[in-house]
Amino acid sequence: MADSVTNLEELKRLAPPAELGRAPVVEGNQGLGWLTDKLSAFAEAKTPLWWWIVFLPAAFAATVIFPVCLFYQVFTGVGVWGNNHPVMWGLDIVNFIWWVGVAHAGTLISALLFLTKQHWRTTIGRMAEAMTVFSVMMAGLYPAIHVGRAWFDWFMFPVPNSNGLWPQFKSPLMWDVFAVNTYLVVSSLFWFMGMIPDFAVLRDRSTTRIRKTIFTFLAMGWTGSARQWHNYEKAYVVLCGLCTLLVFTVSSIVGLDFCTAQIAGWHATIFPLYFVIGAVFCGFGMMLVLLIPLRKLCNLENIITKSHIATVAKLALVSGLIIDYIYMMEFFIAWYSGDPYERWVFGHRLFGHTYMVMGWILIGINVCVTQLLWFKKIRSNLWALFVIGLLINIGMWSERFVIVVGSLYQDFLPANWGKYMPTIWDIGLYVGTLGAFFMLYLLFVKFLPVIAISEVKGVMPEADPHHPLGGATKGAGHE
Amino acid sequence: MSEKLYGISAEFDSPAAILRAAKKVRDAGYRRWDAFTPFPVHGMDQVMQLGNSLVGWVSLAMGAGAFASVVGLLWFTNAFDYPLIVGGKPMFSVPMTFVPSYIMLIMGGAIGALVGMLGLNQLPRLHHPLLDHKRFDLVSRDKFILVIGAQDEKFCATETRKLLEGIGGAHVALVEDHD
Repeated sequence: MADSVTNLEELKRLAPPAELGRAPVVEGNQGLGWLTDKLSAFAEAKTPLWWWIVFLPAAFAATVIFPVCLFYQVFTGVGVWGNNHPVMWGLDIVNFIWWVGVAHAGTLISALLFLTKQHWRTTIGRMAEAMTVFSVMMAGLYPAIHVGRAWFDWFMFPVPNSNGLWPQFKSPLMWDVFAVNTYLVVSSLFWFMGMIPDFAVLRDRSTTRIRKTIFTFLAMGWTGSARQWHNYEKAYVVLCGLCTLLVFTVSSIVGLDFCTAQIAGWHATIFPLYFVIGAVFCGFGMMLVLLIPLRKLCNLENIITKSHIATVAKLALVSGLIIDYIYMMEFFIAWYSGDPYERWVFGHRLFGHTYMVMGWILIGINVCVTQLLWFKKIRSNLWALFVIGLLINIGMWSERFVIVVGSLYQDFLPANWGKYMPTIWDIGLYVGTLGAFFMLYLLFVKFLPVIAISEVKGVMPEADPHHPLGGATKGAGHE
Repeated sequence: MSEKLYGISAEFDSPAAILRAAKKVRDAGYRRWDAFTPFPVHGMDQVMQLGNSLVGWVSLAMGAGAFASVVGLLWFTNAFDYPLIVGGKPMFSVPMTFVPSYIMLIMGGAIGALVGMLGLNQLPRLHHPLLDHKRFDLVSRDKFILVIGAQDEKFCATETRKLLEGIGGAHVALVEDHD
């Protein structure tokens, strides 16, 4: 023991000055036991008042507004929405892409940053995965009811039927069915598997019989043996790799839905990449909106540190810059192609009287506001980041509106032009899905391990057998 | 209800301590033992000579199986059972089949990873003899427990206990199996 203390002091002496060192993953770390208490505290404590204040309106939207709008549409028909010729894709598809987009950053944070060994991701990974799972649920709903006769949705699956018909797999719309369903299944599996060791933590800490029963069931007999961890780690790496592929696949396929069409403004090879990056950018915005209040309200400021938030902001900036580049390319190609329809559509995005507001919201937020993230002062100001996160969500929503509606309402024949205005049922359904998302998210925050307990502990110096805090003796290194 | 011995457990305070202990247990010739830790301890799988986990192969097999079945499904539905001409495209081609089968490869691979992990770990199980052990709750917190199983050929209640105490294990205790 004496050895390890001197070694620790020596380590401190040899360490680079604080301003050059990397910020610790957890601030004020007081050991593994303290960390376990801290990370399980919220799920075990009495439900605070703020939780009810946010939960009740969300639950109202989810359980009243949502089913009313959903059932009215399903029983009456798509006509209750504003969708009509020539704008057959309205808010339902805008919201579908928006929700898929929100999902993507979650997978990117939890899977891609795991493969690149970013330790800070352990603290926010679980929250990001939950965001993915719930927003894919919301996304998947839209195409299912957009088809108009939701009770025929099973036609989209290759189920043998009395008509002897099969789905037509040459269309990217059909690939979408596979992509979104796979995304939901795989991200849920990934989320659940990551929680198994943490369910065991909550099981072992539980004081009431009911908690013990539930978490025993969920932990499935996890003991944390070296053999279990050995297989678990392998499975985790494999799942991370597969999830990373999904980040780049799902939105690409949504992009293909557009770019295989001949509509001016859609028919561009850049669309798959465009949608992937847009999705990730939007998701980082949502991440800021969720993380900043939750770290404060759940008393996790030492765990989700300001430096983690600033890193998310940096990632938002990077993806925002790529988006800006794609906007430039879109306008440039529209001009350079010499195609009068392309030029018309892109001119009207910014200067057409009907939807120019949406076009300028897009430019104002995604191009201009994003540049604020260059400044360290902004990146360390949580209020500013929260507002920027909200704005990014609005900006990306308007981008999808500009792409979907802005290209459809004025196509090749002026006789075929028309306008689109969402109805109360369009908006009600969106409010309903927002409510359902936040309701599910709040239930997750309250009842499940909101931070990956075993993962955070695993990146602490106390967990490193070669570190003095991990019990290594002097000169131990690789014993 | 018979009560038999499951093994002997010893508790350690740090990952380095249990790693050192594990090496000594291995060198003493034991084979049926395991280390229970709150997180994967770096280097433990080398000490235990666990080799490469088979999870990757399970995942690959299920992913490849899903890929091949979807290629077959697309051929059967769109080219064989009900050939459908769409835009003059071939009935069966790589661009048409690749995306859905690739997506289902990811689905199969992911399910394979989870199922493989659970299967190889013999989960789910609702009970484990160690979960009755009163100090075992600390494993998910900050303690590191090494258990030598009673099934081991070299196991001897007194000798094994002496070994575990000798290598610095605290709270050395018998673990019973209430079956």
